[in-house]
Amino acid sequence: MKSGSMSPEQLKRYGRHIILPEVGMEGQIRLNQASVLIIGAGGLGSPAALYLAAAGVGTIGLVDFDTVDLTNLQRQILHTTDSIGTSKLSSAKQRIQALNPTVSVRTHAVRLTHENAMDILRAYDVIIDGTDNFPTRYLVNDACVFLSKPNIYGSIFRFEGQASVFHAGEGPCYRCLYPEPPPPGMVPSCAEGGVFGVLPGIIGTIQATEAIKVLLGLGRTLIGRLLLVDALTMEFRTMKLKKDPQCPVCGPKATIKELVDYEAWCAAVSGAIPEENVSDVISVQELSEKLRSKDTPQLVDVREDFEREIATIGGIAIPLRELSGRMQELDAAREVVVYCHTGQRSGRAVAFLKDQGFSRARNLLGGIEAWSLLIDQTVPRY
Amino acid sequence: MSVTILIPSPLRIHTEKRERVVVEAATVGEALRTLCETHPGIRNHLLSEDGAVRRFINVYVNDDDIRFLSEQTTRLRANDIVSIIPSIAGG
Repeated sequence: MKSGSMSPEQLKRYGRHIILPEVGMEGQIRLNQASVLIIGAGGLGSPAALYLAAAGVGTIGLVDFDTVDLTNLQRQILHTTDSIGTSKLSSAKQRIQALNPTVSVRTHAVRLTHENAMDILRAYDVIIDGTDNFPTRYLVNDACVFLSKPNIYGSIFRFEGQASVFHAGEGPCYRCLYPEPPPPGMVPSCAEGGVFGVLPGIIGTIQATEAIKVLLGLGRTLIGRLLLVDALTMEFRTMKLKKDPQCPVCGPKATIKELVDYEAWCAAVSGAIPEENVSDVISVQELSEKLRSKDTPQLVDVREDFEREIATIGGIAIPLRELSGRMQELDAAREVVVYCHTGQRSGRAVAFLKDQGFSRARNLLGGIEAWSLLIDQTVPRY
Repeated sequence: MSVTILIPSPLRIHTEKRERVVVEAATVGEALRTLCETHPGIRNHLLSEDGAVRRFINVYVNDDDIRFLSEQTTRLRANDIVSIIPSIAGG
C-alpha cells in the first residue's frame, strides 16, 4: 500500500509501527480506518482508550454515563483531578484528543441496555468490554454474538484479572465460560472489595493489545484461551476455553435469540426471582430509561399511604388491597409498571393484573428500595 | 495422591488467606469435598446444595476445564494443579 493517504506528520507519528514488518504501511492504514467501541471509561477503558488512540485507531467510541469522582483517580488514568465532577466522556474525549487529535471520538452518554445496545455496537469493528457489572457483561456478550463482533473481554477484582477474546464465529463466548452470573452480594464489587490500582492498567492494556491484533489479523489472539493474571504473585496463566455445545446464545441449540432485560435475567438465574417470570419484571435501570423516553409506562404504587408519605417515585396510588376494585383506572393496552417497597406485593399485583388481561404488566424488581439504591439516592429508604 | 488447589483471592478469606491448599484426592470431586471439609466457609461459594460446582465458577485441572473432562469424576494424578476460577466483573 502506498503512503499517499498519510500525511508526513502521520508517517512520522506512526513510524515505529510502520517499520515493523508485521504492521507496515498497510497495517497502519488499516488501524487509521478502524473503529473500536470501549464500554466503560473507567479502570479498564482508560488504558485501552489511550493506547488505541496512540496507535492511531481512526474512531474510538466510548459508552459511559458517569461523572468523574475522586475515588476513580487511583486507577482511571483517562481522568484528572481537574475533571472531578464533569462527565467521564468529556474528560476522556479531551484526553484522547490531546494525545492524538486525528482520532475521531464518538461519545455515547447512555447506560447500555438491551434496547440501545444493538444500534450502538453495530457501527464498530471491535468491542472492548470494560464494564463493572455482570448484567452489562452478559448484554455486551449477547449483542456481540448476534452482531458477529469480536468482544475483547477483561475483568478485575482486587489483585486478580482475567482477559480473553470472545468471538462466537471462531471460538467460545462469555456464556460458554460462565453460563450464569453469581447471585447479587456473593461477589463483592471493586467499591466494596477494593482493587489494586495498576491492575486495570495491565488488563486494559492487554485488551488494547488484543484489539489491535484482531484488527490487523496479527499473531495469536486470546480466542479460545483465558488469561489469568495474579498481580500479587505476578503469575500469568492461560487456560483452554472451549465452545460450550449447550451454550444458550452461541450453541447449535441456542434458546436466546434476542436481547433481554439483563438486570432482571441476572436476578432470575441467580435465584432472586423465578426464571419463568423474567418477562414479568422490569429493572430499575430500564424503568429509569423508559421514564425519560416518549414511551412512558403507567406507573402504579401498590403501597399504603403511610409508606408513600416517607418516600415515593410517583405514579397512581392504588394499595394492593384495593386493586381488584380499581383496575378500571388503568389502561390494559399500555404497559403498566407496578412497584411497592421491595417487589413482593407488586409481584402479586402483577400476577393478578395479568390474569385480568393486563398482558403488559411488569413488576419493578427490588421496588422503591432498589430505586433508591441504584437510581436516585435522594429517595429516602425505610 | 497429593494435589494442589489454587484459591482465587475472593475466596481466600475462607482459607486463612492461603492461595494454595494441598489435599489428598483421587478425583476432582474428592479434592473439592476435602477442601470444603477443612475450610467449611468455602462450600457455599463453590458448590450448590446438591454438590454440583456453581455455574459462575469454573474448575480446571491444569489448563483444562473439568466440564470438558469428566466433571467431578475427573481423575487426578500426583502434583496436578486444580484451579478455582470465579466469575469477576470489576472494571
